[in-house]
Amino acid sequence: MKVSMTVNGKAVSGEAEGRTLLSSFLRDGLGLTGTHVGCDTSQCGACVVHIDGKAVKSCTVFAADAEGAKVTTIEGMANPDGTLGKVQQAFQDHHGLQCGFCTPGMVMSAAALLAETPKPTEADVRHYLEGNICRCTGYHNIVKAVLAASGQDVSKIAAE
Amino acid sequence: MYNFDFVKPTSLAEAVKAMAKEDAQALGGGQTLIPTLKQRLASPAVLVSLSGIAEMKGVCVGDDGALCIGGGTTHATVAKEAAGKFPALAALAAGIGDPAVRNRGTIGGSLANNDPSACYPSAVLATGATIITNTRKIAADDFFEGLFTTALEPGEIITEVRFPVPERGAYAKFQQPASRFALTGAFVAKYGSGVRVAITGASENGVFRWTAAEKALSANFSAGALDGLSVASDSLIGDLHGTPAYRANLVKVMTRRAVAAS
Repeated sequence: MKVSMTVNGKAVSGEAEGRTLLSSFLRDGLGLTGTHVGCDTSQCGACVVHIDGKAVKSCTVFAADAEGAKVTTIEGMANPDGTLGKVQQAFQDHHGLQCGFCTPGMVMSAAALLAETPKPTEADVRHYLEGNICRCTGYHNIVKAVLAASGQDVSKIAAE
Repeated sequence: MYNFDFVKPTSLAEAVKAMAKEDAQALGGGQTLIPTLKQRLASPAVLVSLSGIAEMKGVCVGDDGALCIGGGTTHATVAKEAAGKFPALAALAAGIGDPAVRNRGTIGGSLANNDPSACYPSAVLATGATIITNTRKIAADDFFEGLFTTALEPGEIITEVRFPVPERGAYAKFQQPASRFALTGAFVAKYGSGVRVAITGASENGVFRWTAAEKALSANFSAGALDGLSVASDSLIGDLHGTPAYRANLVKVMTRRAVAAS
């Protein structure tokens, strides 16, 4: 069947089977390989994208169920001039990544959190990122990066 | 996963029609069903997505004061929109899975699946809620029939759940830290007519009412009223996370915490 949606502001369409996952549609169909598939069991969060502004695990949504939706992936997070977006830049500034595999999902979840809660506490950030696993266990700098992206002073947060 | 035909109706009437096809399966938010399909533990011929049906979404208050939640309403929406009217239920919804799961998973999907460790069945049973389908109304006491089994007939769709809002109530969950399902969870609801207590996560037969606690709490609504009670560990779940005896103790502990938090 033909599936159409808006991805990162552009209208796209492609062929999909009923069982085609949104993560496969984005990666294999559209070549948007920034969305990572880690566990494929909706636990790790590397595949998080936004559907109509809400964070979802794209490995646990069918492409056909996103028909007509507005999807944002990590490729849509940069500024229009190609420079890093606010959350991405904070991850770079605060070394919020080690191997980087979980980073696309972390950035997408962080952006969803900041849209809901512009000034989160550290506890808010840790709670919101429960569904995103960093196998390098680099959580401390990820949390720091998210707090920095919210415009809060993180200079007093010690590297624990 | 095996392939299937995917249909996404925009009205309940169309969905009911689509569900009449052979081997049709309803898809709520898919947060349990999609992993199940990936493991080839289910292989429907037709998958009927309920996520495009606007009339099955939303939270409102009925004329009788009950909180009405559309079957297709996500956990995230319940967490936000039920907070004023029924904070214990909103808190339960806010503790399911993680934010991305809560943005997809639905109350109707959770109840139709009746996972023995899911959170929602305890709220529905403890409040004596009514489950409304496209064909009938089902009382909570008649709905849950055991492990992954409910009173739903093939093709029947949960369109709405109506919760009588208790005077006091709370849900206390001992969370399995990896899955965030309830290792054991207790929902306590106090009404003028008495107290109801429902336990999830503990029994091999799914959610159940702890009637001895209901009696004790109806006479004296305090955590101390539970002191003399004990829970038999027969038919409680034993797995790598906990023995039946461990869960029997958790039933009491979590009920006590729910009473204290209500």
